[in-house]
Amino acid sequence: MSDAPDTARQIKKPKRALDPKYANYRGVWVYVEHEHGYVHPVSWELLGKGRQLADKLQVPLAGIVLGGTDAGIRALCDEAARHGADLCYLVQDDVLHDYRNQAYTKGMADLVERFQPEVLLLGATTQGRDLAGSLASTLLTGLTADCTGLDIDASDRTLLSSRPTFGGSLMCTIVNMATRPQMATVRPRVMPMPQRDPARTGEVIEHALGLSEAEVVTKVVDFIPDAQADKPQLAFADFIVAGGRGMAKPENFGLLFDLAKELGAEVGASRPAAHAKWVEADRQVGQSGKTVRPKLYIAAGISGAVQHRVGMEGADIIVAINNDEKAPILDFSNYALIGNAMELLPALTEAFRERIAAAKAKRGVVA
Amino acid sequence: MSEKFDVIVVGAGPSGNAAAYTLARAGLSVLQLERGESPGTKNVQGAILYAHALEKIIPDFRDHAPLERHVVEQRMWLMDEAQACSGMTYRDEQFAQPPHYRYTIVRARFDRWFSEQVREAGATVINETTVTGLLKDKNGKVVGVQTERDGGEIRADAVILADGVNSLVAQRAGLREDIRAEHAALAVKEMLFLPRETIEQRFGIGEEQGVVIEIAGRITHGMVGTGFLYTNHDSLAIGIGCMLSDLRRQQLSPYQLLEGLKRHPSIRPLIEGAEMKEYAAHVIPEGGYKALPRLYGDGWMIVGDSAGFVNAVHREGSNLAMTSGRLAAETLIALKTRDKPFTASNLSAYKAALDGSFVMKDLKKYAEVPSFLHGNPHMLGTYPSLLNTAAREMLMVDGTDKRTKQRRIFAEVREKRSLLGLVGDSYRFWRAFK
Amino acid sequence: MSRALDSMPMHIVVCIKQVPDSAQIRVHPVTNTIMRQGVPAIINPYDLFALEQALRIKDSADARVTVLSMGPFQAEEALKKCLSYGADDAILVTDKSFAGADTLATTYALAAAIRQLDRQHPVDIVFTGKQTIDGDTAQVGPGIAVRLGWQLLTYVSRLREFDAAAKTITVERRAEGGVQVLESRLPCVITMLEDTNEMRFADMAGMFRAERYEVPRWDRSAAGIEDVSRIGLKGSPTVVAQVFAPKPKDVRAVTIEGETPRDKADRLLDRLFADNPALEATLLDHLETVETAK
Repeated sequence: MSDAPDTARQIKKPKRALDPKYANYRGVWVYVEHEHGYVHPVSWELLGKGRQLADKLQVPLAGIVLGGTDAGIRALCDEAARHGADLCYLVQDDVLHDYRNQAYTKGMADLVERFQPEVLLLGATTQGRDLAGSLASTLLTGLTADCTGLDIDASDRTLLSSRPTFGGSLMCTIVNMATRPQMATVRPRVMPMPQRDPARTGEVIEHALGLSEAEVVTKVVDFIPDAQADKPQLAFADFIVAGGRGMAKPENFGLLFDLAKELGAEVGASRPAAHAKWVEADRQVGQSGKTVRPKLYIAAGISGAVQHRVGMEGADIIVAINNDEKAPILDFSNYALIGNAMELLPALTEAFRERIAAAKAKRGVVA
Repeated sequence: MSEKFDVIVVGAGPSGNAAAYTLARAGLSVLQLERGESPGTKNVQGAILYAHALEKIIPDFRDHAPLERHVVEQRMWLMDEAQACSGMTYRDEQFAQPPHYRYTIVRARFDRWFSEQVREAGATVINETTVTGLLKDKNGKVVGVQTERDGGEIRADAVILADGVNSLVAQRAGLREDIRAEHAALAVKEMLFLPRETIEQRFGIGEEQGVVIEIAGRITHGMVGTGFLYTNHDSLAIGIGCMLSDLRRQQLSPYQLLEGLKRHPSIRPLIEGAEMKEYAAHVIPEGGYKALPRLYGDGWMIVGDSAGFVNAVHREGSNLAMTSGRLAAETLIALKTRDKPFTASNLSAYKAALDGSFVMKDLKKYAEVPSFLHGNPHMLGTYPSLLNTAAREMLMVDGTDKRTKQRRIFAEVREKRSLLGLVGDSYRFWRAFK
Repeated sequence: MSRALDSMPMHIVVCIKQVPDSAQIRVHPVTNTIMRQGVPAIINPYDLFALEQALRIKDSADARVTVLSMGPFQAEEALKKCLSYGADDAILVTDKSFAGADTLATTYALAAAIRQLDRQHPVDIVFTGKQTIDGDTAQVGPGIAVRLGWQLLTYVSRLREFDAAAKTITVERRAEGGVQVLESRLPCVITMLEDTNEMRFADMAGMFRAERYEVPRWDRSAAGIEDVSRIGLKGSPTVVAQVFAPKPKDVRAVTIEGETPRDKADRLLDRLFADNPALEATLLDHLETVETAK
């Protein structure tokens, strides 16, 4: 899935010397992101990729865990080791109980300055991008955001970070020759999940935060989990059923909602459908709407214009329902049902309903 | 606080820009309102720029306008649906000598430049603002415009309507009727990108030189219409247009026609490997002289496409547009200098100026053409295809003697069109085009 | 939402960027070059949510909105558009020495300009979009906050309340899996989440004002930048080393055949669950979570 830097083509690295103060920076770090007891899976994906990079550089791979003083936090270090980390740096303090930019930036910046890694990877999530942005500015180092491919040029130890550019029509590879650590945030679900090894362990190096609650300006007064919110949450949905102009009229979107209900899915729409106000604007998927990365994306009556494609091609599985077998969406879908969406959707809803009922029954028996 | 101007120009196409520029240069306070995001975004043309019309407005335009190539060669092609093409080529070394009289342009760039000139001349140019109606005083004199925006009433002593083929403003104000389907052509156009050197190689032209291909024949499936292919610096403009009424009757979309044109063996190698990067459709008013609306009234004038100033026979429009815009502006300037009000009777000078110019003279000359073509589908369908058949017969060396070939050709002509019809067509053709 | 009557109005700075409308950019299939020709320049769509939020504060409180952009002269158009919507002032930070700037160098220059504005009229809030559509870095907001030493509030979906006199603000911030409600202090830097509001339609007076406004251009020294090693190419550690076309996704849809719609649907599910063994469990788990949430 990931777009590795195209090493077959020439990479033109600028002639820039590394500032001597970074000469001894060694090691690959992966930030282990968690919030409210939930570890973002991108952390494990990055440990998998980080393992490869560390091996190429012949350096250890470290997991970075910051958090409150509850016992579960230290356990994250063990889990990081099982996903490939050689060691973990751990900063525990009540001030770090909730993610807050100021406190986490301070904790990370201190760790970097003390232990001097050459590569630092974070997930391109709201937390990872918030933290990476202020951390890079604090450390005065370069950061490549939202990468989809990573590699190492072992000859000069540079990180080759690739990412889509110009609305997803091109890829670019970005390097940082001048400063360390070389930072990158990486899109979730792009790197493969590494094999978890329950027997693997690693050293844990603890570090103090050195920041009191009084010094932290911003306070978290509440956290509202998404399940309680009543607005569409497409960006975070695992299952999406989307419709486009091919749905012909707004009433037909009801068929999408029927299917979505079976799957517990969100309903999305292409730009033309959203612009025609067939659904709310915040259901629009694409360049000028939401970028989604669901596990399953069912697109009915969507031709697959670039504008839509860049917003949804990160889906694990794409099913296209279209009456045109030449529709561009078929070029990046996994499965296609060719025919009238207004007939196929109800059939699919029925088929899913029966399949899910059967699976539930089976699971009940097993449990 | 309500704004007040000497003149409001509605629209920033060639006619509106010509008018606004001329007025602002003369020192009148001018507001130009354009509904597109920037001037040119709603404009579609092949596009050929005739120097004479712009020269009268901006004499030194050649030094700074974004021109693509000057035209050194014109080809006229008659094409059947899918196989054959006959035609003629006119290339003239004189065309290659400056000052050039005809250029290909890319309208988005050209219009942006033209609009900058309008701004620099001192006009206030406001984009993304749609005029929804005209303000009139109790005597019915137009005294300003209403826009869709809050606080959108703007006053002026005169309004020039240059808002394009549909001229919704004029329609709503009851100054004009909606364009009729048999007076409107629907044209579609694509911009196909190719490296500059490839274009010069394929068309046998030097740097800055351009070729124009005008296309007629069965490629339009017998409908009244034509196609074209123009060379820009690093792109080709290709398009085809037909009368809206014909397209409706035959239930064909112009996109299908354009695809057919691009697939035609005489076109395909010219556009091979090119990438389409722009696509546009546009309605062209081709009703000609007989379809012209009223051109002026108390406090208003209408110019360009809005008035239907298009010479369909010679594929000219923008030069008529610019000229009409300039003449409207000059009419107002003259009145303003003499401190005369912009009443209907005073504005009749605009019509007189038009009558004295090539705009009206050409439109009158071809006044009968639109109805002639409608009544005679053979002109665009049967005759071109017969011509191609004839050419094929004569050029194919297959052991048949030439006299037999000629006999075959004549037989085919007789079969497709009676002799009497042929004579009648010739007469009507001569009448319409004379 | 108050401020002492005798004090100056609030000062809100909105950072915007003019970007090519990436939805309209095409790449030449043969030469692999970007065909920018004719691609319209627009205000980065994410920045419009920031501007609208700033204007809403101005609607309800005594506030002045200054729009700030770094870029070439053409970026004036974008700034003028912001003025038509209702911004009070606009500044274009433009200097040849900025060329080649990455986000680190960009935020250095923008932060310097904001400091200048702050000296003229103390700034309470800097708003910007969550990211641009041409760079997607999402680093400019954080970078400005760090350089100014102000509080950073990213991915904000709603301003719950603020008190300019007490210098406090409460916002809702999009986090993974939920919304954080944060209480913070002014001055701060806020990056707005998309779809949090809808840009207003400029009135006619705004259009005239924008058309007639002369946007001041600040060069390096006007922006208060002394250290030239920290701007432009020199101040940018990251460099684009390669641009290449993405490999076409190696999937081409498998068309599921069938006699009837239902037949096709069943065959699709057979295929779907066979090819993706984990999907069934994932779906059931997901449905359980949905049920529980209810």
